[in-house]
Amino acid sequence: MSIEIILDKCTGCGLCVKACPFAAIKIKNKKAEIEANCTLCGSCVEVCKLDAIILERPKPSDKDLSEYKDVWIFVELREQEIKKVSFELASKAREIADTLGERVEAVILGEKVKHLCDDIAAYGADVIYIAENENLSEYNTSNYAGILTGLILKYKPNIVLFPATHLGRDLAPRVAATLEVGLTADCTGLSIKDGLLLQSRPAFGGNIMADIISPSARPQMATTRPNVMKIQKPDFTRKAEIVSISVDIDPKAMRIITKEIIKTTKSGTKSLDEADIIISGGRGMGSAEKFKILEDLAETINGVVGASRAAVDAGWRPRSDQVGQSGKTVSPKLYIACGISGKIQHQVGMKSSDTIIAINTDPEAPIFDIADCGIVGDLFEVVPILNDELKKNLSKD
Amino acid sequence: MKIIACIKQVPDTTEVKVDPRTHTLIRDGVPSILNPYDHYAVEECVRIKGEIGEGSVTVITMGPPQARSALMRCLALGADDAVLISDKAFAGSDTWATAYTLSLAIRKLGSFDMVFCGQQAIDGDTAQVGPELAQQLGIPQATYVEKIEIDNKHKLTIHKQTEDGYHILEAKAPVMLALLPPTSFQPEHPPMSSILKAKKKPFKVWDAKTLGGDESKFGLEGSFTQVIKTYTPPPRGECEIIEEDAKEAAKKLGEILLKHEALIKR
Ligand SMILES: Cc1cc2nc3c(=O)[nH]c(=O)nc-3n(C[C@H](O)[C@H](O)[C@H](O)COP(=O)(O)OP(=O)(O)OC[C@H]3O[C@@H](n4cnc5c(N)ncnc54)[C@H](O)[C@@H]3O)c2cc1C
Ligand SMILES: Nc1ncnc2c1ncn2[C@@H]1O[C@H](COP(=O)(O)O)[C@@H](O)[C@H]1O
Repeated sequence: MSIEIILDKCTGCGLCVKACPFAAIKIKNKKAEIEANCTLCGSCVEVCKLDAIILERPKPSDKDLSEYKDVWIFVELREQEIKKVSFELASKAREIADTLGERVEAVILGEKVKHLCDDIAAYGADVIYIAENENLSEYNTSNYAGILTGLILKYKPNIVLFPATHLGRDLAPRVAATLEVGLTADCTGLSIKDGLLLQSRPAFGGNIMADIISPSARPQMATTRPNVMKIQKPDFTRKAEIVSISVDIDPKAMRIITKEIIKTTKSGTKSLDEADIIISGGRGMGSAEKFKILEDLAETINGVVGASRAAVDAGWRPRSDQVGQSGKTVSPKLYIACGISGKIQHQVGMKSSDTIIAINTDPEAPIFDIADCGIVGDLFEVVPILNDELKKNLSKD
Repeated sequence: MKIIACIKQVPDTTEVKVDPRTHTLIRDGVPSILNPYDHYAVEECVRIKGEIGEGSVTVITMGPPQARSALMRCLALGADDAVLISDKAFAGSDTWATAYTLSLAIRKLGSFDMVFCGQQAIDGDTAQVGPELAQQLGIPQATYVEKIEIDNKHKLTIHKQTEDGYHILEAKAPVMLALLPPTSFQPEHPPMSSILKAKKKPFKVWDAKTLGGDESKFGLEGSFTQVIKTYTPPPRGECEIIEEDAKEAAKKLGEILLKHEALIKR
């Protein structure tokens, strides 16, 4: 192990003790002492004000890469339930692991989350590392990154996949930077080529695709765009080996504290990035009240209402509804764009939807370039009739 | 309060077009702009400095010599001084190598209180450089930051966007903040007088040697990810336009949707 306390510098202040998520540091004779269960995660190095801790990790690339095995996923939760994207990751990881002849291993961090293990096992996990702690109920960058980094260093996975959500995009780069490994953002395709993870992602506002590999270091890490990977059928007879990780978090050591959590979406409703059907409205909607017709349609077909940035700007919808480059990336089975011109920044966020329907008065609107089916017409005439039509037929069965 | 803003010059991706015949990117004539997210971040730095009433805003970028113009824009927006980190050795940097290089430059600048980044750069949309930089500097981070309030004791209250709304965080400097502009934000040209003033502000250019550090960690050699192929995504099929009046069209669309798997499986 190459972590060392410089005794001359250490004053025994104890900051590192508080910061260590694995309770691996003790103060003895006014000096910090690192114990054997240290994972080299580096949380202590960060907090030491006196530079009294030196950590040298062997670069993974200097070592035998074949030591690194198995495909890991980070399981994201929402209100202590597994997010759909986590099942997508599990399904994809299963496929990749089968190609490589390796195992799928999942990491779940949270408070009282053990009951979720069966579900993740059903979608493909062979091993589940689970850390439960009251301070893990809400996401906190350093706590999550510290624990995950420690686990990766200890168990040496070949591949680690994160969801490309707000949380995943905050956490994954932090872990990748500590481990000194590559990280590919926002992948829409993952496969194995010549034994390596082939990561495909859009760039330049979705105008081009890039295929990326990370050959020289392990693990190979990527964040994966929600709603793109297909979920496989669960098998509830599958059982996973469960490894409990004991962690010790001192809330006083957290350098950023969550004071308040404000929800603008209704609890229990499907979130936009998990929806199979999205009906979005843009500037063409004209007012907040008029979104009612989209909400009615959404209710009929069990969809979720989204918005363009223009509609959010106008204050008609909350920001959490915004689809696009500076909003959410979605790819539902069905996307219905009403009164949205489909500028590139909007397209980036929804272009990978399975089916795109556009309703717009302007035949030249760029949304028609990417739509599968469109109506050139007034949405206020079309949508209510469409809703009636669907309601009539759907209530029949 | 010493503030550092990391900015990037990017091609204006709204102007990027795909050649319909060859399916390759037409890059000719695509203007280079200051990443709009970074534009906003610099304005926020200047605002915060003004509110505190003391301190400095230093803008830095790692990029080709042409990136000077993006830094000049930031100086015109009110930043105090600029550093251009430019060397052939940096070519081909991925997010890790970029963050490493930026971290050396920031350390070389001395002590700092806050590092600002844009939430993402519109060329790659990776959103990784900010957090990777924060990790390499050993400071905490907040991403998707919508709003910052600061009191004179340097305590920060941060609004962080989440998928369900937002969190209110409390932090102390030093910290890295990745900023998300409000939806109403429109990057605007600074006035001529500010552009002229910018020309007199301190401007440094640093190369790989000046930075020091481990040269094997720069540029392509220091990058862990390798782009092995780029291609245009397969074009979506033609759009089928339903050519009827509104009523008929709506009915027809209804029929199509009823057959769609998303409605069948509901
Ligand atoms: C850095 C940056 C980031 C951005 N991020 C995003 C983003 O995340 N998401 C996003 O959406 N945008 C984003 N934008 C803004 C984007 O460029 C567009 O301005 C925006 O998407 C336009 O919204 P819109 O289509 O609703 O409005 P408009 O472009 O004004 O289009 C309104 C459309 O409604 C049609 N219409 C009007 N009345 C009717 C009617 N009665 N029936 C049918 N059709 C009607 C019109 O023909 C028109 O096509 C971003 C811009 C920048 C610079
Ligand atoms: N070459 C660079 N020089 C300075 N800052 C950068 C550079 N690349 C990225 N950044 C910063 O990191 C943010 C996120 O960029 P990206 O990870 O490329 O999406 C940008 O908004 C900038 O603030």
